[in-house]
Amino acid sequence: MDKKDDKEPKFHDRRGFLSAIGVGCLGAACLGSGVLSIEYLSPNSVLEPSPRFNAGSLEKYAPGSVTEDLEHGIYLVRNRSGAIYAMSAVCTHLGCLTFYKQQENIIACPCHGSKFTGEGEVIQGPAPAPLPRYYVELNERSQLIVDKSQLVDDSFLLKV
Amino acid sequence: MTTNSILEKLKTLQPIRSIYRGGGSASNLGRSLTIFNNFFLHVLPVKVRRKSIDFGATLYLGYVSFVLFGVLVITGILLMLYYRPAVPHAYHDMKDLTFVVSSGAFLRNMHRWSAHLMVVVVFLHMLRVFFAGAYKPPREFNWVIGTLLLIMTLLLSYTGYLLPWDQLAYWAVNVGANMVNATPFMGPKLKFVLLGGHGIGENALVRFYVLHCVIIPIFAVIAIGVHFWRVRKDGGIRPLFGPDSDKVESEANQKEGD
Repeated sequence: MDKKDDKEPKFHDRRGFLSAIGVGCLGAACLGSGVLSIEYLSPNSVLEPSPRFNAGSLEKYAPGSVTEDLEHGIYLVRNRSGAIYAMSAVCTHLGCLTFYKQQENIIACPCHGSKFTGEGEVIQGPAPAPLPRYYVELNERSQLIVDKSQLVDDSFLLKV
Repeated sequence: MTTNSILEKLKTLQPIRSIYRGGGSASNLGRSLTIFNNFFLHVLPVKVRRKSIDFGATLYLGYVSFVLFGVLVITGILLMLYYRPAVPHAYHDMKDLTFVVSSGAFLRNMHRWSAHLMVVVVFLHMLRVFFAGAYKPPREFNWVIGTLLLIMTLLLSYTGYLLPWDQLAYWAVNVGANMVNATPFMGPKLKFVLLGGHGIGENALVRFYVLHCVIIPIFAVIAIGVHFWRVRKDGGIRPLFGPDSDKVESEANQKEGD
């Protein structure tokens, strides 16, 4: 062995012990700042529109009609008996915004050609699932409150 | 089994060898090739005198400046994720960073204190170089690059000053812009171009943001690279005390006879 190996710090002498502590502290500091930085990356508050919103008074929606609300990405569907439900306007394939064709009573997606019935059932195209429905309720002034954070099943109807 | 012997074992593995492009042998040639063939190491000299890496030789001030610059780049990039350089948002984004974002206050303070410290350390580094006489030939051009780096450090501080968009920022930059206004012959024109208008507004904020985050850092990185490279090319560092390293080096080479 040459002289270089003799000089190499070992753990069992004082210099080796102190440098191990130093390196350990440096590692802990790096790990800590890494954890802090990862926490930093996910925002604690976001300025996004509320998933729960007021869709206006019930009179706006005639029986037997489908009304687009493209701002919120939903359709408000009122059937002939007057019951109403809210349905997503976002295609279940890859998230494009669909549009309603009144003459044919179908909902079509412009991106990959998926078509849905006025009730949201898939007719053709790559969409794997029907359009989901959201919870709706009436407030005390008979205005529709839609909550996009609550999904409901296809039998959900708000009878009014 | 020591750490070194584990490292020696690792060096012989094919995937590691493919990353480090050969080298690794314990001969002088192998050590030199390890440096030459590595993108990150090749700015460094193959050999340095033990004296020139002593703390007393440089007080590590240049190295500390570089580390602070690295800290500022990392924390600065993270701060950019939450900061929008627009008049309606800038102040609120700064407040959000301080009070809402997890460890946002920590990163902001780290950026701020590192910036203050960098100005101090760069200045001390300059004093060290001056008192060591390292501005004399053959290192006179590296002294010029160093002064440019000091100016860039100050400009980075100045442009960063406006970004919180509070009263202090606004009036401090107002004062600075009026100093630019005092430039002979083209003062008002220069101030107009710097602010992108007659007063400090949306254009000034965006201009200072781009200068602070893109233009000055790019020039600083280039100048830092040339600065380090010139240290090596101009004969290594000149220690604060004791003889000049390149003279000692050439004498040693004559004695060795190779």
